[in-house]
Amino acid sequence: MKSMTQHVVAGLVCLACLAAFSLSAVAGDKLKVGFVYVSPVGDAGWTYQHDQGRQIMEKNLAGQVETKFIESVPEGAEAERVIRDLAKSGYDLIFTTSFGYMNPTLKVAKMFPGKYFEHSTGYKTAKNLGTYMCRYYEGRYLAGIVAGKMTKSNTLGYVAAFPIPEVIRGINAYTLGAKSVNPDIKVKVIWVNSWFDPGKEREAAEALITQGADVITHHTDSTAPVLTAEEKGVYAIAYHSDMSKYGPKAQLTAVTHNYGDIYTKIAKSVLDKSWKSEAIWNGIKEGAIKLEGMNAAVPGDVVALVEKTRKGIAEGSIHPFQGPVKDQSGKVVVAAGKSMSDKELLGMNYYVEGVQGNIPK
Amino acid sequence: MRDAVLIKIEPRPEPSRVMRYCSPLLAALLMLISGLIIFTLLGKNPVEAFHAFFVEPINDFYGLGELCIKASPLMLIGTGLAVGFRASIWNIGAEGQLAIGALCGGAVAVYFNQSSSGFILPAMISAGAVGGMLWASIPALLRTKFNANEILVSLMLNYVAILLLAMLVHGPLRDPDGYGFPQSVLFGESATLPIMIEGTRLHVGVLLSLAGVVAGWVFLEKSFTGYQIRVAGGAGRAATYAGFEYNRLIWIGLLAGGLAAGVAGVMEIAGPIGQLLPSVSPGYGYAAIIVAFVGRLHPGGIFLASLLMALLYLGGESGQMNLDLPSAVTGIFQGLLLFYLLAADFLVNYRIRTKSSQQEGN
Repeated sequence: MKSMTQHVVAGLVCLACLAAFSLSAVAGDKLKVGFVYVSPVGDAGWTYQHDQGRQIMEKNLAGQVETKFIESVPEGAEAERVIRDLAKSGYDLIFTTSFGYMNPTLKVAKMFPGKYFEHSTGYKTAKNLGTYMCRYYEGRYLAGIVAGKMTKSNTLGYVAAFPIPEVIRGINAYTLGAKSVNPDIKVKVIWVNSWFDPGKEREAAEALITQGADVITHHTDSTAPVLTAEEKGVYAIAYHSDMSKYGPKAQLTAVTHNYGDIYTKIAKSVLDKSWKSEAIWNGIKEGAIKLEGMNAAVPGDVVALVEKTRKGIAEGSIHPFQGPVKDQSGKVVVAAGKSMSDKELLGMNYYVEGVQGNIPK
Repeated sequence: MRDAVLIKIEPRPEPSRVMRYCSPLLAALLMLISGLIIFTLLGKNPVEAFHAFFVEPINDFYGLGELCIKASPLMLIGTGLAVGFRASIWNIGAEGQLAIGALCGGAVAVYFNQSSSGFILPAMISAGAVGGMLWASIPALLRTKFNANEILVSLMLNYVAILLLAMLVHGPLRDPDGYGFPQSVLFGESATLPIMIEGTRLHVGVLLSLAGVVAGWVFLEKSFTGYQIRVAGGAGRAATYAGFEYNRLIWIGLLAGGLAAGVAGVMEIAGPIGQLLPSVSPGYGYAAIIVAFVGRLHPGGIFLASLLMALLYLGGESGQMNLDLPSAVTGIFQGLLLFYLLAADFLVNYRIRTKSSQQEGN
């Protein structure tokens, strides 16, 4: 019996040595940067754009960083383990790229005070946890101008994921952009209650087209809405990625997310030890939000107007939520001469005038 | 036609009992061998890959704790499902019953968020148990009253349950200070399962799951109802002749699964998650079906199978992290395991004979 115990102890010691060895083996000079993705990288969409950003950062900081991503990590109990394992395996800077990772990231950040964490789209920060996201709504406003000019039926269709402020902000900015060039615009929204469900997204797009929408956009992750628009011969505004190869005729333009600069800047600040816990919210000005894949069918004067507005937003002379902004009931939510504060933007939970239907409660 | 060879599948007169218990082991072994081939084809050193997949995730206390909290819902739900499966009652709705359990337990936690009473956790677990059972009683009722197929009803109700949970987390159960994001408040200490080992996530719910497995074993192997269930599963008509009321067994079979899944749902939100989210399970309700079968519908086997399944999940993450293995490898392993198990079972119960058509004539 005694010898068996000794064996077990010896075995445990060996295991411990092995673990220690593998830990020391991974610690090099380069900064190890880990990414946690909610879905597979694929070839378009939310995670794809984050991965593009990762690659740009790796290129910009060649020789100084080493990156790794873990994809398809469910939000919930799994996330904490994956984030912790990255931290434990020598990753000093960890990006978690979905809202549902907020609390798990916070928990792990507290466990590893010497490491840096960055969470995308959340609102909780800590000494070693920062947040970052893009002003997606700025791109939405520009896309709304294109849609408002190109629609014949004055009805725009919007396939939306979940009724959270980020999505509602996009719907409202798009509506305000369209109304700025076409006051008769109506925006119809269908909620699919999923970030990624090509079947439901397609059904929603078809339903919107049946209801008279001749420009379809989406705040979901698949290419299905653009594909559907292409098939049905209506226009589409793509989101996250340029999807012109899925809808060469349909795609009017795409609102794209560009994280390369953000990732590079954050990793650099860790490298030169100037990292601070901040809430980064970059937009058109910083090049984080762009319009890409503009269709040749969009007339030159519209393109010029979009460009002028883009410049205005970049310079700060134009704000998508510039007063007077009215909500659906006609109540003024932003007075004339004022523009909405970031705090108000972050908590937005109502539709502006021009959006039809109600936000699901 | 003269030389035609006929392949004939016929039941074995007496399937080997030993082989019936060996087939899960055989399936696991074949899965490992196939894994070896896949790893090699992916250009990985198979030894390294195996180390990353099966050793790396559990080479410290934290990893072992993760294995336990991952296996915990699987073993509990697997045992609950086995009660029904043994009587040939096919409850495919554990995922939905889990969601309703989490919803009911979570509602208690949200409603009594300010309270520090020691009764909160028991109340949450009871609410989850009742919720899971209520949800499972729908297919039971429809089956016993209208002979509606419980597979379809329980499966479809999963979608209803998951959407109901999402709706309420988007609405009344949402954290009022959470910028409208669909999450409940973080549960207070009184609504969180205590951690057993500092530095891990091993919570006392794991003990409750183990107790559930033991209770399932006593019920299935030692009670008269357990005996009735076995007889009914073997031959439903015989059970009716023997005077067992089959409808009663349908109710017991479905409610046991609902109870286990409901409690497992509460333990997820009161354990590693710590709040109510629109989606609380990465598919435990479905994975538990595999666990129940790999474990031969026997609580002891289910316990072991849940550990294996949990390790496959953890290994998938570790493989991604250490060797850039694709995340789909976990799904492939689970699929292989079930496939080999079904194949082995088939060959235990049937034999394949080839004979020429000439002999057939004789």
